[in-house]
Amino acid sequence: MILDAKIPEVVTLDAKIPAGPLAEKWEKHKFNVKLVNPANKRKYDIIIVGSGLAGASAAATLAELGYNVKVFCFQDSARRAHSIAAQGGINAAKNYQNDGDSVYRLFYDTIKGGDYRAREANVYRLAQVSVNIIDQCVAQGVPFAREYGGLLANRSFGGAQVSRTFYARGQTGQQLLLGAYSALNRQIAYGKVQMFPRTEMLDLVMVDGKARGIVTRHLVTGHIESHSAHAVVLATGGYGNVFYLSTNAMGSNTTAIWRAYKKGAFFGNPCFTQIHPTCIPVSGEYQSKLTLMSESLRNDGRVWVPKAKGDKRLAKDIPEDERDYFLERKYPAFGNLVPRDVASRNAKLACDEGRGVGSTGLAVYLDFSDAIKRDGLDKVSQKYGNLFEMYAKITGEDPYQTPMRIYPAVHYTMGGLWVDYNLMTTIPGLYAAGEANFSDHGANRLGASALMQGLADGYFVLPYTIGDYLAQMPAAKVPVDHPAFKEAETTVRATIQKLLSINGTKTVDEFHKELGLLMWDYCGMARNAEGLQYAKGKIQALRKEFWSNVKLYGVNEDMNQTIEKAGRVADFIELGELMVTDALHRNESCGGHFREEYQTPENEALRDDANFAYVAAWEYTGPESEAKLNKEPLAFENVKLTQRSYK
Amino acid sequence: MAGNNPNSTPMNLTLKVWRQKNANTPGQLVTYKVNEISPDMSFLEMFDVLNEDLLRQGQEPIAFDHDCREGICGMCSMYINGRAHGPEKGTTTCQLHMRKFKDGDTIVVEPWRANAFTVHKDLSVDRSALDRIQQAGGYVSVNTGGVPDANEIPIPKSIADKAFDAATCIQCGACVAACKNASAMLFLSAKVSQLAMLPQGKVERKTRVENMLAQHDAEGFGSCTNIGSCAAECPVGISLENIAMLNREYIMAKATSDNIG
Repeated sequence: MILDAKIPEVVTLDAKIPAGPLAEKWEKHKFNVKLVNPANKRKYDIIIVGSGLAGASAAATLAELGYNVKVFCFQDSARRAHSIAAQGGINAAKNYQNDGDSVYRLFYDTIKGGDYRAREANVYRLAQVSVNIIDQCVAQGVPFAREYGGLLANRSFGGAQVSRTFYARGQTGQQLLLGAYSALNRQIAYGKVQMFPRTEMLDLVMVDGKARGIVTRHLVTGHIESHSAHAVVLATGGYGNVFYLSTNAMGSNTTAIWRAYKKGAFFGNPCFTQIHPTCIPVSGEYQSKLTLMSESLRNDGRVWVPKAKGDKRLAKDIPEDERDYFLERKYPAFGNLVPRDVASRNAKLACDEGRGVGSTGLAVYLDFSDAIKRDGLDKVSQKYGNLFEMYAKITGEDPYQTPMRIYPAVHYTMGGLWVDYNLMTTIPGLYAAGEANFSDHGANRLGASALMQGLADGYFVLPYTIGDYLAQMPAAKVPVDHPAFKEAETTVRATIQKLLSINGTKTVDEFHKELGLLMWDYCGMARNAEGLQYAKGKIQALRKEFWSNVKLYGVNEDMNQTIEKAGRVADFIELGELMVTDALHRNESCGGHFREEYQTPENEALRDDANFAYVAAWEYTGPESEAKLNKEPLAFENVKLTQRSYK
Repeated sequence: MAGNNPNSTPMNLTLKVWRQKNANTPGQLVTYKVNEISPDMSFLEMFDVLNEDLLRQGQEPIAFDHDCREGICGMCSMYINGRAHGPEKGTTTCQLHMRKFKDGDTIVVEPWRANAFTVHKDLSVDRSALDRIQQAGGYVSVNTGGVPDANEIPIPKSIADKAFDAATCIQCGACVAACKNASAMLFLSAKVSQLAMLPQGKVERKTRVENMLAQHDAEGFGSCTNIGSCAAECPVGISLENIAMLNREYIMAKATSDNIG
């Protein structure tokens, strides 16, 4: 792991990228990994935390291979993991449309879209296995959209100039997750997977420096329990809820990966957050979450604001020549389809200039009137019907009649636990998959790539790489009465008792909202050193206040949602501080990380490849000391680093 | 902050909410007043406001299930004024907005009630029976890898679209809550139909319908008597046609298969 021990301040991480030409690395690696004899696989237990695309697909596949798998999720059913809410689609380099797509092009687009902060070898592998994912899903009965000839339909999606996105109306995530969930159910029925719904992981257990299990709390009974295994996979999704308001589900949290971080797993690029350009704007202080309107809407919708500041006329009363279609004006080649970070930042700029629309002035229009004129109401409703309905339900306005109002919202976190090429964290035997790892999207994720990555990790990567690890370890099990488990259980119980005993005056939600506002204002779409320093102090103070003034209710041995929330928010506060530290140290702009001090004259992100072409992997050093920076240098052997331009 | 509808005024409401300590303790309706409720709030945001108030007053917040709050995860489950997910057609509780109510209204909120769903606490119920029905056969038996190219088997668009319609079920259990027999036939039929229509699912169609139906009955769900309240209350519009298809599939299976289950 540690290559360069001479400089104690900064450790250089070895990503274990296989040697050889880019296109052959994965094939060679698959041949070189060690295999577990089929008869021996049943002697190994694997714990998977999270049942979304990455978790469910990994669990099903590992169980099919013969391992014993335990899956944990906090929802009441595995099928409710937040992957289910993904709308737009999944990319794959099938080139079914004969429009020039290829594995290399998908690789290239992803590296470029990520603003050259992702690892080449991982991204290339992702593009390679993307084609297998579609085959797998269709075989499971996933009802993708089809053409009249009976073959699969594709569309182009934000940031791509080819049509490589497969979709199932506006609910691709649900259909893909149901595919993985059905494969998981089959293994549950066979007895190869044991499913633990309404069960939350609260600590990672290590024995002899290796991940050997977890401690969980049952969310209905409060029962604290230990589970032992030979390897642990965290597929627990992203941490966007650190901002309080995000498009994530209410329960989405950082607890599993954060507690693994505190046990020694490094955290990669925590400040890389994706702000999605097309969300329904905030309507009031009671707002509990934000709703995404699929990016696919930008294929046909045109984004605009009035040319004049403070123009309060209704959209229909603003004549064509007084509208500013700012994305089409600034980026004629990509127009409304520029990558998410670019679209979000420009919406913010327009609103900062006083040209925002709606009662709050924090929104821009997304207008379908031209598409309806061109293609007819039917065609538009066929493509976007359910999204228009959802919009109407939430806002009480009809997008067929009046333009949608949209505003950027936190949507995805590119950062996550640092993993090597095998998706193993810096803790042996601990893996991270899907959004929970930092791996493939660099500083900005392209649309329709999250589903691809989750399923790639679960179906096609982990089943090989975990085998390699298990083949090299004895099958002996660690009993759950091992002191390491007992100690972790004691800590978990003590933390819950501490939270219950504070009995202060502020609710968990109040702390969460305060944290969210700090993060949004100072570590959101635009950041600067002064603001980040200010936020860091405020977050540290908030953490102290939380542990002396938070108010919970009741006891542990009960269905107690205040305990669930308190544990998660306590972790979010600590993570918030690390995100700010990371954003402050990265003295450049790249992708979703926009430091105001580092921009081109046209307000585009200005990278500093000489000094920052690396993954920042932070190491926990204790509750009161600064996290330690470690680096994985990014070598670009196949792609030339350029200033991204979508003009 | 002003909402989306600048003319809308805040409302004062009376809530009668089912409170139940756990599965073994009887529950009761408890009355709460909520004031200054914005019509732009979602129903669950109104509950957030109430729960924050309760907590500040040192009272126990109301337990309820929810997660995505955008109508797709199927976790939210409130029986509002005698209707699963409340008064608005085609809408989950989380997508129901307070503009559907009037100032001064009294709203009764209960959990899903069915033999097969025990109450965990307050408004939260155990729906794991639905998962077990899925585990009995709601899948195509293929392992990862070694499958044909996705375009190898063309599927007519009309069939793919119909299969998709059936596949949109979010497994919330509203059909069960709405049914006087507490039957889960609409839920079950959606999965059976989706897979029976697609070439990938046809291979196992007989054993699937028999096994899933046997599990449905074993869980204590009632039988279907063709009332149709399930489809009327389904938040995603799963059609009764699926139950007709389920019956066809079942009869065909029973007539020609090995009669399992």
